Amino acid sequence: MTLPHLRRLAPALARRRRALGLGLGALALTTLISVASPWVLRHAIDDLTLAVTRQKLWLYAGLILALVALEGVFRYQMRMILVGLSRDMEFDLRNQVFEHLTRLGARYYQTNRIGELMSRATNDMSAVRMVLGPGIMYTASTLATFVATVAMMLAISPRLTLMTLVPLLLVSWLVRHYGRQVHDRYEEVQAQLAEMNALVQENLSGARVVRAYAQEPAEERRFAEANREYVARNRRLVRIAGILHPGIGFLMGLGSLTVLWLGGRMVVAREVTLGEFVAFGVYLAMLHWPMIALGWVVNLVERGEASLGRIHAILDAIPEIRDEAPLPVTTLAGEVEFRGLDFAYGDEPVLEGISLKVPAGSTVAIVGPTGCGKSTLVSLLPRLLDPPEGRVFVDGHDVRRLPLATLRAAVGFVPQESFLFSATLRENVALADGSAERALAAARIAQLEKDVAGFAQGFDTRVGERGVTLSGGQRQRTALARALATDPRILVLDDALSAVDTETEEEILSGLRGFMRQRTTFLVSHRVSTVKDADLIVVMREGRIVERGRHDELVAQGGFYAELHRRQLLEREIETGEDAA
Amino acid sequence: MSQPDDDALAPGRTDFGLLRRLLGYLRPHATAVAVSFLLIVALAGVDLVGPYLTKVAIDQHITTGDAAGLASVAGLYLLAMLVSFGLRFAQTYIMQMTGQRIMQDMRRDIYAHLQRLHVGYFDKNPVGRLMTRVTTDVDAVNELFTSGVVTVFGDLFTLLGIMAVMLALDWRLALVSFAVIPLFFLLTDWFRRGARQSFRETRKWVARINAFLQENLSGMSVLQLYRREAGNRAAFAEVNRSHYDANMRAIFYYAVFYPVIELLAAVATALILIYGGAQVLAGGLTLGALVAFIQYSERFWRPISDLSEKFNVLQAAMAASERIFGLLDTAPLVVSPERAARPPQVTGHVSFDDVWFQYEKPPTGSGGATQPTPADNGPRSEVGFTPPSGAGGLGGAAQPPPENYVLSEISFTVDSGKSVALVGATGAGKTSIISLLMRFYDVQRGRVAVDGTDVREWDLERLRSSMALVLQDVHLFSGTIASNIRLGSEIGMERVRAAAEAVAAHRFIERLPKGYDTEVTERGSTLSVGQKQLLSFARALAHDPRVLILDEATSSVDTETEQLIQAALKLLMKGRTSIVIAHRLSTVQNVDEILVLHKGRIRERGTHQELLARRGMYWKLYELQYKDQELAAGGRAEATASA
Repeated sequence: MTLPHLRRLAPALARRRRALGLGLGALALTTLISVASPWVLRHAIDDLTLAVTRQKLWLYAGLILALVALEGVFRYQMRMILVGLSRDMEFDLRNQVFEHLTRLGARYYQTNRIGELMSRATNDMSAVRMVLGPGIMYTASTLATFVATVAMMLAISPRLTLMTLVPLLLVSWLVRHYGRQVHDRYEEVQAQLAEMNALVQENLSGARVVRAYAQEPAEERRFAEANREYVARNRRLVRIAGILHPGIGFLMGLGSLTVLWLGGRMVVAREVTLGEFVAFGVYLAMLHWPMIALGWVVNLVERGEASLGRIHAILDAIPEIRDEAPLPVTTLAGEVEFRGLDFAYGDEPVLEGISLKVPAGSTVAIVGPTGCGKSTLVSLLPRLLDPPEGRVFVDGHDVRRLPLATLRAAVGFVPQESFLFSATLRENVALADGSAERALAAARIAQLEKDVAGFAQGFDTRVGERGVTLSGGQRQRTALARALATDPRILVLDDALSAVDTETEEEILSGLRGFMRQRTTFLVSHRVSTVKDADLIVVMREGRIVERGRHDELVAQGGFYAELHRRQLLEREIETGEDAA
Repeated sequence: MSQPDDDALAPGRTDFGLLRRLLGYLRPHATAVAVSFLLIVALAGVDLVGPYLTKVAIDQHITTGDAAGLASVAGLYLLAMLVSFGLRFAQTYIMQMTGQRIMQDMRRDIYAHLQRLHVGYFDKNPVGRLMTRVTTDVDAVNELFTSGVVTVFGDLFTLLGIMAVMLALDWRLALVSFAVIPLFFLLTDWFRRGARQSFRETRKWVARINAFLQENLSGMSVLQLYRREAGNRAAFAEVNRSHYDANMRAIFYYAVFYPVIELLAAVATALILIYGGAQVLAGGLTLGALVAFIQYSERFWRPISDLSEKFNVLQAAMAASERIFGLLDTAPLVVSPERAARPPQVTGHVSFDDVWFQYEKPPTGSGGATQPTPADNGPRSEVGFTPPSGAGGLGGAAQPPPENYVLSEISFTVDSGKSVALVGATGAGKTSIISLLMRFYDVQRGRVAVDGTDVREWDLERLRSSMALVLQDVHLFSGTIASNIRLGSEIGMERVRAAAEAVAAHRFIERLPKGYDTEVTERGSTLSVGQKQLLSFARALAHDPRVLILDEATSSVDTETEQLIQAALKLLMKGRTSIVIAHRLSTVQNVDEILVLHKGRIRERGTHQELLARRGMYWKLYELQYKDQELAAGGRAEATASA
């Protein structure tokens, strides 16, 4: 075991060497004291075989109590310090992971599932912590106990020690050997459990098909089979796990048996005293737990190493989108240009030969069918995705050379899915800078004011699980207000009003008109009604710009846009249920 | 079904009631359970032998110098160990396996019940949650059998045994060493309360961390766009810090508990030493008995400190079994009637007679409404919510607010072997109509009948097996291609193959690595959308239904596959009553009647040509949905120009 991942924790551990030293010191003292009390017992019993005063018995009893009390103090310290240390390191590591996650870009989140990432920040983190806390503590404790007790046993009788250690070593072997098998069979049980889960999942999600084809009895049979297999695999597991614990007990018993028989004979032969005989038995019993712990710790370390590997995979991911020698630009006017832009997700081309110049203050609309690349195009602007160099410009600067903070402060981006944090409405709108005044003004423009007035706590109403549930339209308007509140030079609405009904949308847009006049605006939409007043309408299909012009021009052209226009008129008629002709 | 049906009075479900039902699951395994208990008792007895033999060795052999006699004591000791090993293995094995079998029964019952529940139940209960019932919850109950209750009994026997032996050895000394027990219970109680409280705290913060991560990772791009990284890092560090603090408090309880337990044990040892030592000196107690006492008292503490942990297991198991029984007690709403119609021949005549339907029954709050109703609904009449009393119509006078109904006044008939297409915008009620025909749900008013018999009077299995449902989103079961065509029905390989050939699925199946025996995965990712469609047609055809119910897929496939699908469809519908949610031009052109739905009502009906001539809603839908297909058939329009 080279443990490359756990090794990487060495510096963090070294930084805490004081705590580590104190904890291990407490551990050493705990162990030392714990081997002392059987020694007292030994003397007490030896004295009893002769003759002794009551005072002396009191002394022995008092001594045992004092030792155990002292041991308790150190044991308490040991636990608090060593387990606390692991919690402290977990705390740091988890912060690091989150910090790194905030640096990773959209592409990372497209390829890594959130559930998976969360599991690393919690479950895997626990596994690592177990190595750092109990792992270190029990390893050290096992070693210390082993050394200290065996030393005491050797002091009593080297011969007896050797004789009793043989079955003890067998315990370690047993734990190691059977432990692995138990582990393997346990994995098999888990695999079957997953299988059974998949079966249930499949059955429940296909409930309609199962019923439609009257497959209930057949499905029950299928499940019964998986159920039976699960029990069978458990039987295999129990058969051997059931041996493990009694087996350990048996081997430990062999040690005690040796003490009883050989030790007893040695007492008779006056090679050891009766007190030593009793104390020896106590020492042997003290080794019981460390022997079991050894196998357990090995398992712990293996698991922790694998988990830490998964955590390091996050920390080692290189943030693609970051400042690299940025130009000293702090303000932007908002002129945007795409120059012969190609863009691909891996091998899959998404955008091809996009050239578009948008003067500062004008409004450009982008329409096209789902998957034509509209969203990708506007995502390149605030560098949610990174464009190739020398293709996307703001005020004549390549966006890749602009400071991220400047660029993103200048772009007010409202994404398709309006994401709200579970915080108050005010906090959500004033997400960027917390200005309450601007937040209010923005809410007014986004037609959110009326809704806010309807909530008991107004703008301080919490949204999300522990607050009000907003409708899709309300969410979108909140997200819009959030973008407006940053007073951006460039406003991007990426199909951001799809859940708002057409009339409200028109109200919002007319309210926005004044705002938009002074800013460069990108309107991405499916709806003709949204885009018809734009200075320029761009139609995209399969990653290319296929039509461009103003509304009237495009309708007259009779291309894709004109067809879209015709369809939407029809849809509206169907929706309202009017008859034609 | 093994679970007794005596839980009719569901409210006031007590722990005792739960326990009784759980015991019901033990009954079939009574022998194994009894044996296991006997073994536990025996084990507790055998485990007492060790210290006693130590006493005998010391008193009768070691102190008397009888080295030879030690051998026999050692022999007995070895015997006791062997017996203990054997008993312990047998006990573990039997109890664990019994637990497994009980869980097997329980899972079987839950699964079977899930098969019986109506489709509407799954609308409200997410699959993930139901899965937890079958797996996690059952496992929690299993803990009760394997490590919880059973070992508690074992521990109790051990305790009682030790106490008995100690009392027998020297009752005064025994009582002296028991003096610590009350302190011990106080400590355990303090620990249990503290640990549970702090454990709850840590759980709470773990949940907070999870929620925070879930939210922030999902909204990462928003976070970055608005440059909130630093702020949210700080917020995360705060949650993380609270989690750390809560854990440190939890560590405290453990760090105190174990040392204090040892201290109490040491107090007991000290007491034995002082009192017992004095007895030994006075000659009232042998030295061996003293040593045995010390050994017994050491064994005394372990089981007691475990007891509190077992209590937690017990609670978790109780909570889990409550959830499980809650599921088992959910009555299926759609079931076959007592004397169900099971006609030998089904002709496939389908009729809807003034059908009204809504998914959720509105709250029938009598008097002061306890459930909040949307303010704009106005006063509502109660009469309309009464379930239909058989056939016939209610007068138009007492109509409920129509906005709750996804279907209203639906009447149509399809003669045996004829075909009907349902068209309309999304949400017009097409899917609801086919769901009612399959009796996934029951209507509120009117009746749905097959062969003149109300579907509610049919035997469910007979009704459904005379129909075949083909959905847009093809659901594949893990298994082979063949098993996905035949499902669990007894259909020979010949018929599977014939069905596949008939719908032109045979060709692509043959090309798969193992033909009909190729394994398909859960989501069928190895197959294309078109292939899955053909496969589901083969499935329907192999079951040779009298009524075909089809929700045509909208997803576009390549021209060749499209032609295959159209040909297969024609064949599939031939000679069967067919009800199709149509998305294909060829389908609407070929059916006997088209029903145009709008907001849950039938708006227009007729053939394709008739409806086009009317230039009404159908005409518009045609312009919108079907006209392209006509154009596309001629040649693919391509995006060309780039300015």
